[in-house]
Amino acid sequence: MRRGEHASRVLAAGTRAPDFTLRATPDQSVSLADLRGQRVILAFYPADWSPVCGDQMALYNEILPEFHRHGAELLGISVDGVWCHTAFAQNRKLRFPLLSDFEPKGGVARLYGAYRDQDGTAERALFVVDEEGVIRWSYCSPVGINPGADGILEALEALPLEAGASADRAAAASSTPAAAPPPNEQSAGGAP
Amino acid sequence: MSRGRLSPPVGEGDHAQGPADAPVTLVEYGDFECPHCGRAHPILKRVQRRLGDRLRLVFRHFPLGEIHPHAVHAAEAAEAAGAEGKFWEMHDVIFEHQAALDDRSLVRHAESLGVDGARVARALETSEFEERVRADFMSGVRSGVNGTPTFFISGQRFDGAWGEEELVAALEEEARAHR
Repeated sequence: MRRGEHASRVLAAGTRAPDFTLRATPDQSVSLADLRGQRVILAFYPADWSPVCGDQMALYNEILPEFHRHGAELLGISVDGVWCHTAFAQNRKLRFPLLSDFEPKGGVARLYGAYRDQDGTAERALFVVDEEGVIRWSYCSPVGINPGADGILEALEALPLEAGASADRAAAASSTPAAAPPPNEQSAGGAP
Repeated sequence: MSRGRLSPPVGEGDHAQGPADAPVTLVEYGDFECPHCGRAHPILKRVQRRLGDRLRLVFRHFPLGEIHPHAVHAAEAAEAAGAEGKFWEMHDVIFEHQAALDDRSLVRHAESLGVDGARVARALETSEFEERVRADFMSGVRSGVNGTPTFFISGQRFDGAWGEEELVAALEEEARAHR
């Protein structure tokens, strides 16, 4: 089955999330390392402009407050260029960064085992990365099927909640999407 | 973890057409301002006619308010009409008038059904049904809704094409399995 085949290829839970720096806009970059101390959802997807309402990114945009409530920052990643992302994000009114895995094309998607050589695009692959930079959940959907958000929310709920941290992070996440708060002291020392 | 299971299952609080003991239940998560849902509307009417009493149809709200500015109020207006027993009538009128979904039009649509327009206007102003609509939306998120419309057949997300023939074939198969 296709689903199982994919699931075995993307980086699995327990793996350290490979660091990367990608452009979010023509003059802004986002590094995964800068988000240490915060939960991060990486949503790889094949391409901007899929011809449906409520495509995967638009759906996540609607659910963003729920992700923030769990102290998680969302990053969309595809091989589209920054100008394409900018137009797409404006059109869909997206309030989270779309990163451009453009040069070398799909380089980050490859690191995560989420590149489709036959299509030259990223898979529909989801990763939940914890405060220490470790992948805690991953899922690869058949490329034609938008995986929705239920798996992400279940994975976030399964993570231990640090007292008092969630609300602060949610506030930080909603005001400055790409900026990272300082690492939480409570989580120090718990790194695997 | 199984993806795409309807949660919570269809219950008392749902808007349903057709017998509660029908062999197959089709749930639509829909957005009144979504053109694809608008396209699905007449298809579902024909599917209902073809399946007859063997089908129960349920509608749950999944307004994509960020891209469809009128979708949340349209859903709340349908609930307001529903409070007077006219949910499905309002549901139909809204889908048949997707180009006119501002508050004033929603009130006018309700009035065309004999629903108290002032009551609907007040419900929109006070967000009386906001939580009801949000609860539907969140149930959709938890069930793996991945766009609009998303369909569930007997509680399992239906990822196939939703043309009339495809839906009838899938529903007939399910109805036969549960006869």
